[in-house]
Amino acid sequence: MTYYTKEHEWVRIDGDVAMVGITAYAAQHLGDVTFVELPAIGKTVKQFEALCAIESVKAASDIYAPVSGTVLSVNDELNGRPELVNESPEDAAWMATLKPADLAETSKLMDRAQYDEYQKGL
Amino acid sequence: MEDLQETPLAGRHRDRKALMAPFGGWNMPIQYEEGILAEHRWCREKAALFDICHMGEFLYRGDIAAGGLEDVFTFSVASVPEGRSRYGFLLNDRGGIIDDLIVFRLGRDEAMIVVNAATAKNDFSVIRSRLKSGVEFEDVSAATGKLDPQGPLSREVLSGLFGKGIAAIPYFRFVTTEILGSRAIVSRTGYTGELGYEIFLPAGKTPELWDRILSDPRVKPAGLGARDLLRLEMGYSLYGSDIDETVTPLEAGLASFVDFKKGFVGKEALLAQRAEGLKRSKAAFRVDSRRSPRHGYGIWKDDRRVGTVTSGCFSPMLGCGIGLGLVDADACAQGTTLALRHENVSMQATVCDLPFYKGGSVRG
Repeated sequence: MTYYTKEHEWVRIDGDVAMVGITAYAAQHLGDVTFVELPAIGKTVKQFEALCAIESVKAASDIYAPVSGTVLSVNDELNGRPELVNESPEDAAWMATLKPADLAETSKLMDRAQYDEYQKGL
Repeated sequence: MEDLQETPLAGRHRDRKALMAPFGGWNMPIQYEEGILAEHRWCREKAALFDICHMGEFLYRGDIAAGGLEDVFTFSVASVPEGRSRYGFLLNDRGGIIDDLIVFRLGRDEAMIVVNAATAKNDFSVIRSRLKSGVEFEDVSAATGKLDPQGPLSREVLSGLFGKGIAAIPYFRFVTTEILGSRAIVSRTGYTGELGYEIFLPAGKTPELWDRILSDPRVKPAGLGARDLLRLEMGYSLYGSDIDETVTPLEAGLASFVDFKKGFVGKEALLAQRAEGLKRSKAAFRVDSRRSPRHGYGIWKDDRRVGTVTSGCFSPMLGCGIGLGLVDADACAQGTTLALRHENVSMQATVCDLPFYKGGSVRG
């Protein structure tokens, strides 16, 4: 099941692994991505706090953790190919996986239909 | 907020699904569909076309010395030969930069002054106030269009379309010629570091010229986003970011565009500043990662705040962040290690020489 935040992150929950990235909407609005600051493995974050950072030709932004948890792995490919975020934001350009602390937090997120509706209102 | 102005090409930008944003009081294309990096690369490798109709143009007619024009800028207009142009500054009496501009010597008693969009209105009244009453001085910005084809293939493209005369124009020279049935000025100048041209022609003709140049498949349109990367890779200052009325040309590392052998407003302030020694000056630096410095980030040396970033970006040609800043005099030597910080962002950078990108075709 994939959930979405108002800040345009997605999180795919698969058992006790939560994979995190940014949505196509976010990638398009950032423009060409030039740098992704991946989180340290083992870093613990709370829901909606800064997980890592991203920079594009236009702006620098934080990426917020859709759920609380501990970083299990990061997508090292983004170090050499940050443009992957523009090419495949919701798939190949995942940024980190987390061990979620509390799956009940997903109640504060949107499902795909809700997120699509949310985008229309922006 | 004041209504944004639009260039005669606004409809064409919208047709191309350009991302538009306010710049200097104008609604301008920041990028087209392919994006800033693709447009930047196209300009470095082939030829890009920029809509620069927002910039201001003034016409001066009268004797250069007797009319007072000779004392307005930091360089001698009288010493610029006809058919050539020169870059320099309009200063306030504190030596601060009111604008950076280019003067085109159209004839013995005729010059065109090309200024930034955001400052044009004020520039005009400042220059007017420094001229003698008898001379003709006119703001022709609204009637004048400006398109910049820039890139290593721009010469071939333009001489193919408009004749071989264009191919012979050397850097910082121009010709007055006929394009699409109208009088036009074609100048070998630009803001990209590549071989390129600025074409001035009646505003109403710009859509036709735009279409004509873009009919060549070697040319693609590029927006102000790519233009900013291109100019910063060359270390060119941007008015409003790197320089403004609180910065002097000496501090901005642009003393070579100031002629101290002549009179100009601001000269005494610059002489005093030179005699005292500069307390701060421009520094260029490379970041040790892909992180981009940005306007306003703090600059630190050995845990001491030494200045502020005035421009920064990711350089596609260098593959790292690059930036310009104003720093204390003891922090601008080449090789100095700096830390750039803003909120929770921190990066390390090293002071370097300019241009950042040395492979441009600008003088080719």
